[in-house]
Amino acid sequence: MREIQTGSIIEAVKDAAIRANLDLGEDVLRALESGLDRETSPVGKEILAQLLENAKIAREDRIPICQDTGVAVIFAEVGQEVHISGGDFKSALEEGIRLGYEQGYLRKSICHPFTRKNTGDNTPVVVHLDMVPGDRIRIWVVPKGGGSENMSRLFMLAPSAGWTGVKERVVQTVAEAGPNPCPPTIVGVGIGGNFERSAILAKKALLRPLGTENPDPELRPMEHELLEEINKTGVGPQGLGGRITSLAVHVLMMPCHIASLPLAVNIQCHASRHVEVLL
Amino acid sequence: MQTPLSVQDIEPLRAGDPVTISGYVYTARDAAHARLTELIQSGKGLPFPLEGQVIYYVGPSPAPPGRIIGAAGPTTSYRMDPYAPRLIQLGLKGMIGKGRRSQEVKDAMVKYKAVYMAAIGGAGALMAKAVREVQVVAYEDLGPEAVRRLKVENLPLIVVNDTLGNDLYLEGQKKYQIRSA
Repeated sequence: MREIQTGSIIEAVKDAAIRANLDLGEDVLRALESGLDRETSPVGKEILAQLLENAKIAREDRIPICQDTGVAVIFAEVGQEVHISGGDFKSALEEGIRLGYEQGYLRKSICHPFTRKNTGDNTPVVVHLDMVPGDRIRIWVVPKGGGSENMSRLFMLAPSAGWTGVKERVVQTVAEAGPNPCPPTIVGVGIGGNFERSAILAKKALLRPLGTENPDPELRPMEHELLEEINKTGVGPQGLGGRITSLAVHVLMMPCHIASLPLAVNIQCHASRHVEVLL
Repeated sequence: MQTPLSVQDIEPLRAGDPVTISGYVYTARDAAHARLTELIQSGKGLPFPLEGQVIYYVGPSPAPPGRIIGAAGPTTSYRMDPYAPRLIQLGLKGMIGKGRRSQEVKDAMVKYKAVYMAAIGGAGALMAKAVREVQVVAYEDLGPEAVRRLKVENLPLIVVNDTLGNDLYLEGQKKYQIRSA
């Protein structure tokens, strides 16, 4: 049994929320630079250069990369041997977000679905909790903006759709989104599971560092094929036309019902923000 | 260009033109547009003038100490499409945001003469550098969604929709699209 105090969870989440919003990950910077090299559209190149400049300003001036500091999504893997003391685990996650968004001058962007009254502290938080072997807690804080999220889609396909149908829907989703999700995007694809699991797979797929290969050899060619098709759409950076519509496509897949082929497409904008902490 | 904008200012603009805006712009997003529309429908006065003005679709992050504004990049414009044609009819001359507009909005821009310009989405820190003054003018209760009057200097934009109905998103994508055989 290893004891972890909620106090250290709160601090870790607070710190991660601020860092995620101000310091764009090295892998994302490398991907943007690579995009800049490969883009042929002059406007597209200019946009990519400005995005890199923006990341530099944010990091140096300590202000958010984007004013949409997003819904706070948290993936947490809690080891079976961990004993959490000092309070309620989920409340600690929320308190960490509350403090991070206040002390980090991050935008409070959560409201009632109908009255649109702002909750004032960027809670509630969307938590995906898993219990795993071991005595550590691993937390990913993933601020997710509304623009790209609004362009994400979920399809319950008929099994007859097959890989061709999946490919069509993924490319269609990106093409229809056009400029709206702030291209260049990273596309998370979840295949299988069930209605809600496919969506979580799609978002989880976004966490893999850019520029790394999918550890599953079955999924690697799928990712390459989807990326190639997406970049033929010509949407380009900020949808103004170009060859770099998406920087990467990441796929996660799991078995599903014999009557179903669930497909979730979670679009991530170029401000792909996530910080991992290990307690 | 300097706000307020006249028809002479915006008629020569074409989709794809890089422009800068200086002067006052008003910020408003979904909730503020809903309230403004309600005021218009009930014949009441608006909290700020529309004639010749520019609305920037933005909800800035809070200003850290020593700064007047946080990050201030554009939000996605299509959500304001239900409201925009009426505002354009009443004299709004420019809109700043990102993402495509509906046919109704584009038609209103042609009919009443207005332009839609894109700021770089996700470049919140960079866009904020152009802001010189910030003042809440209405709906403070909306927090980030309040109507603010910003004084901007050389806010870098690109014309997406002009007064002739051209659309940079459509033209740009067509130029770089590769159709499979």
